[in-house]
Amino acid sequence: MTIDSHTHVESPLAHQFDDLEQQRAAADLGMWLFLATELMFFAGLFLTYFLYRLNDEAAFAAASHHLDVVWGTVNTAVLLTSSLTVAISVHAAQSRDQRKLTQLLAATIGLGTLFVAIKGWEYHGKYQHGLMPLMGLPFRWDVDSTRPGAELFYDLYYVMTGVHLLHMVIGLGLMLVLLVKAMRGGLLGDFATPVRMIGLYWHFVDVIWVFLFPLLYLIGAHP
Amino acid sequence: MTAALDRPTSVSPESVSLPKRHYLNSGYTVRSWLFTTDHKRIALLYLVSITAFFVLGGIAATLVRLDLMTPQADLVRSETYNKLFTAHGVIMIFFFLVPSIPAVMGNFLVPLMLGARDLAFPRLNLLSWYVYMVGGVFTLYALLAGGVDTGWTFYAPYSSTYSNTYVMATAVGIFITGFSSILTGLNFIVTIHKMRAPGQVWFRLPLFIWSIYATSIIMVLGTPVLAITLVLVGLERLLGLGIFDPRLGGDPILFQHLFWFYSHPAVYIMILPSMGVVSEIIPCFCRKRPFGYEFIGFSSFAIAAFSFLVWGHHLFVSGQSIYAGLVFSMLSYLVAIPSAVKVFNWTATLHKGSISFDTPMLYALGFVGLFTMGGLTGLFVAALAVDVHVHDTYFIVAHFHYIMVGGAVMGYLGAIHFWWPKMTGRLYPEGWARLSAILIFVGFNLTFFPQYILGYLGMPRRYHIYPPEFQVLNVMSSAGASILGVGYLFPLTYLIWSLFYGKVASANPWRAAGLEWQTPSPPPTENFARTPVVRHEAYDYPAIDNQQVEEGLR
Repeated sequence: MTIDSHTHVESPLAHQFDDLEQQRAAADLGMWLFLATELMFFAGLFLTYFLYRLNDEAAFAAASHHLDVVWGTVNTAVLLTSSLTVAISVHAAQSRDQRKLTQLLAATIGLGTLFVAIKGWEYHGKYQHGLMPLMGLPFRWDVDSTRPGAELFYDLYYVMTGVHLLHMVIGLGLMLVLLVKAMRGGLLGDFATPVRMIGLYWHFVDVIWVFLFPLLYLIGAHP
Repeated sequence: MTAALDRPTSVSPESVSLPKRHYLNSGYTVRSWLFTTDHKRIALLYLVSITAFFVLGGIAATLVRLDLMTPQADLVRSETYNKLFTAHGVIMIFFFLVPSIPAVMGNFLVPLMLGARDLAFPRLNLLSWYVYMVGGVFTLYALLAGGVDTGWTFYAPYSSTYSNTYVMATAVGIFITGFSSILTGLNFIVTIHKMRAPGQVWFRLPLFIWSIYATSIIMVLGTPVLAITLVLVGLERLLGLGIFDPRLGGDPILFQHLFWFYSHPAVYIMILPSMGVVSEIIPCFCRKRPFGYEFIGFSSFAIAAFSFLVWGHHLFVSGQSIYAGLVFSMLSYLVAIPSAVKVFNWTATLHKGSISFDTPMLYALGFVGLFTMGGLTGLFVAALAVDVHVHDTYFIVAHFHYIMVGGAVMGYLGAIHFWWPKMTGRLYPEGWARLSAILIFVGFNLTFFPQYILGYLGMPRRYHIYPPEFQVLNVMSSAGASILGVGYLFPLTYLIWSLFYGKVASANPWRAAGLEWQTPSPPPTENFARTPVVRHEAYDYPAIDNQQVEEGLR
């Protein structure tokens, strides 16, 4: 876009659009469509989970009791707070408040990193308890009758939270890019679209967690 | 007749020369091609790479057909044979059929037909080509390193646990290529919604755009499901999960449900764009408005919608419940309704049209015949009881080749021939082109019709060695394949020849309707000198012809 001219003044309007309104509408529709594809991607996992849970309710309930509801709840709170900071950062970018934008993006990155760290801590605990049946690691399970189902639950637990975590890490990378741009004074006013788009992505990843958390941790949990 | 001013007019051939400045000569460096964001150049990048994949898939098919000339295993060992038909399927489906018309013709035509300067996201468009190439390289690596023997369907748990071939690399390649498909579909939907020129309302859009829109919906909603399925197969191989492995509590039938949830709609990703092409060509070469424009348009959406409801007909003999089979059988019949709507509307358009049999028209008529044939045998396999008899036999092979080769490839070649003058500014030798269209039609039928009989008599698909009584039909099929192969080589030769020696084409050599014909051939980088304003209905053929008569009298 910027290769061809030396006297180029950066314009928020790309050459293929007639006006900013059209460009904004295209970006919005594109992002929502992309999120629809992401939803279909996770839908395959949710379907698999539902089918196997229906198939072996007892094993799944027994296996889910070994997940740590407290840390799961803390993580949910951390993630939802990060969604709040993202929402305000979009507002800050649109109202050209550079200081606030940088602070909020940094806060989001901090909260996101905290989420990843807590998740890693949880994985570590599961590994120590022998609840990680991956790559030939032993699966230590004392209730014999539910063993295959419980192992399947943990398979799905790692796939679902793992794919979600991967999305978090990608989101963190995108947030870092935004932070660098914001510190250089970009992303303000008419240039705020990337903040809005990546913000939408961040909210989507949060929403997926909002479904994963009850499915994996809460259904059938003992009081 | 003031409104007629911006209708296309014919130019006498002597006065035609290539425009001074167009998208092809706007830069000659490798960089100007590899970093272009011009949708027309990206379309040509796709054209070249997709043709290469077509040749590779064709070579694998040739070897398969050669080997099947005799009942014994003469040419290759059984393991190699498995790898050959897998390579053929994987390359042709994921790297040729799915991207062919959308990525080449869609990229080239969608902005031109809408009157837009480019797609909504040009850099995303370039990215999707790179993603396609990276996926292709992974898959080719798998083939060169030793091949895959699972069949293109990757049924678990064979693919996830037992196969000792390069399943991972192939799955990664297809996973990556899926994103190219998703990004292309997303770009098209946004462009069609947001980038239409003034006056280009939905019911004036060319039917090609309607079909590309319906295709894009399937791409956007279906492809991610295939992606997650391949991720699960990959993780199962890599980490030893048991999601599809019954030994570990998993369910292999679930794999088939997830796989066909994408892969049945994928068939419509291949055929819908061809239907769009035919809906452009037939009105042009019989000089009539398409009969039932709205019906042809909406039937594309109906096919897209039904496509997501019929995957279970691939599982009739896999152990799904008989009630599920009944429902899927009934739903599968429903697809016949919008498909028949299209065929009847094309036929009604032909009725009393002043038909000329130029090359694109030959391909379009070939499409209608072969698609009808493939579609009617689709009814056989949608019927629960009949399918139990012909399931996984050569009847199925013949059926889906009639749809996917007879339909999609005929449509693709028709599109290439119809828009070649627009893409390159050159005409191809008409005689050779007609000859090759006829050769392909004859070769195709000789190849695949015997396979219907083979399958009905009970020859299973994917078998390397067969009883001697099937040899006559197999030899017929292989002979047809050689004619088909020669037929494919013709366009490859004369189209390249035409780039250098072909007659220079006018802006609108077919006197066709549609915005893409109202800009020079080849078009300038920004497509239109001024943003066009659309004041006419689509396919206003009688008006175009009347205007030319008036001009002649003047």
